[in-house]
Amino acid sequence: MPAKTREGYCLGIESTADDFSVGIANFKGEILANVISAYLPQKGGIHPREAARHHAEAANKVLEEAFQKAGIKPKDITVIAFSQGPGLGPCLRTGATVARALASYLGVPLVGVNHCVAHIEIGKLKTGALDPVTLYVSGGNTIVAAFDSGRYRVFGETLDIALGNCLDVFAREAGLRQKPGEPFGAIVEKLAKNGRKLIPLPYTVKGMDMSFSGLLTAAVNLLKKGEDRLEDLCYSLQETAFSMVTEVTERALAHTEKREVLLTGGVAANKRLQEMVKLIAEEHDAEFCVVPSQFAIDNGAMIAWTGVLAFTHGIVTPIHESFVKLRWRLEEVEVPWVK
Amino acid sequence: MGEISQPQLIKRGAEACLYLADWHGRKVVMKKRLPKKYRAPALDEHIRAYRTIHEPQLMHEAKKAGVPTPTIYLIDAKNATIIMEYIEGEQVKRLLAKVSEGERQVLCRKIGELIGKLHKNGIVHGDLTTSNMIQTSEGKIFFVDFGLGEKTKELEAKGVDLHLMKRALQSTHFQFAEKCFNAIIEGYVSVLGVKEVKNVLDKIREIERRGRYIAERRSE
Repeated sequence: MPAKTREGYCLGIESTADDFSVGIANFKGEILANVISAYLPQKGGIHPREAARHHAEAANKVLEEAFQKAGIKPKDITVIAFSQGPGLGPCLRTGATVARALASYLGVPLVGVNHCVAHIEIGKLKTGALDPVTLYVSGGNTIVAAFDSGRYRVFGETLDIALGNCLDVFAREAGLRQKPGEPFGAIVEKLAKNGRKLIPLPYTVKGMDMSFSGLLTAAVNLLKKGEDRLEDLCYSLQETAFSMVTEVTERALAHTEKREVLLTGGVAANKRLQEMVKLIAEEHDAEFCVVPSQFAIDNGAMIAWTGVLAFTHGIVTPIHESFVKLRWRLEEVEVPWVK
Repeated sequence: MGEISQPQLIKRGAEACLYLADWHGRKVVMKKRLPKKYRAPALDEHIRAYRTIHEPQLMHEAKKAGVPTPTIYLIDAKNATIIMEYIEGEQVKRLLAKVSEGERQVLCRKIGELIGKLHKNGIVHGDLTTSNMIQTSEGKIFFVDFGLGEKTKELEAKGVDLHLMKRALQSTHFQFAEKCFNAIIEGYVSVLGVKEVKNVLDKIREIERRGRYIAERRSE
């Protein structure tokens, strides 16, 4: 590490989906600010263009607040990191534009960060996990990964929609209403607590991969039939979907023989899922680690911290390579900071 | 099952425990699916019983299709236990890492032929990894662990099956994953024919392209 990079600040911009967030981390791994502004659709799911408009409008305020919270000035920034993918095009482009503008205005380097890598890195930073099997579950991703030979290798993932997406769509179909700051997953979790009856739903694990679309369709069909209690449906949906991801995580754990399991991503906040993953960790004598909730959802701090890791290991992204990568896979990224 | 003696744990998998045991003077493998504490009991029982009955059926079908699998001796659905023949040999996972480039190609081609035979007969394995293949000293390759398999003629299922094989190669043998997969496809083509395989390969590409981001979903 060159002497001049031993100290400094990285500002990270996250905008892959419905959240626009700015985080500031110093090179020692302290998170000084993590400001999140969520776009809340009036109706239906995330509309990429509408979300991008929200991001563009929120950017100024979020940036200002982040600097205030961190107690530093823009000129103190050493490097700008941004979420380069994977994600929704219009949303990613908005974040990338803000990042490029800031970097050239301040005359500092730019680092494009992979969103999935960032979720793993913030989990490791906040829990102290060193080399975990990671279960990363959110509205856009469902991935079981572990480090091997320079990269995070994907051991299992969804073949269609993400676990969080499955829960969100079900909640919307059930006519549940979201309050600001309250994810659909939390509403489903609350209802599931009062579920008593396990309704058979498709359980689809294919090797290490999972499928949630059939499960969602079956649950929505039962919902429309109206013969089951909503609480029982939420309970059964959660039990089935969580058992699937837990089974795959356990298989990865048995295969890799790692000593830690890290639960990260937005759905990591679910207590029932935490309980299930904890049980398999114990069974395999592995330590169970779960990311704190403010870093579970999409956040700028994780981008800032991953930016620090990349930058201090010689990675910068020249402007002409800073285009967004909508389908940038986790295993395409080299992570030289992991040994 | 009083006849089983001296069970010795040989593998503690994520889903089941494998024991090496003596059963009426035969060397056998006892596969026991253990209850999972994390699963709701009703779901757990259902999954274990289903897989215990389903797996031997598929292994039998595979054998009929010309794919070597261990012979089943006993099924005990209540205790989620299967007793089957013990296959003496080496895991393809280990083999691939130590043989020469040329031998690796031959081995993978053979694997491709076997997968082709399964798919031709409407069987998908559901967990095609090199840990689930054993080569005996006579060079016969046995497929084991059909616990996640199914009987289907769907193109989608075949695509997913081969996609899993590819993914398994990428995660365990990434240095030569591509060459191995190409050799597997060669063998696969020799059984299923170019036209059918083209459809399967197209399907694999579609699976790989399939978005994990659902931008818009009509929900009127």
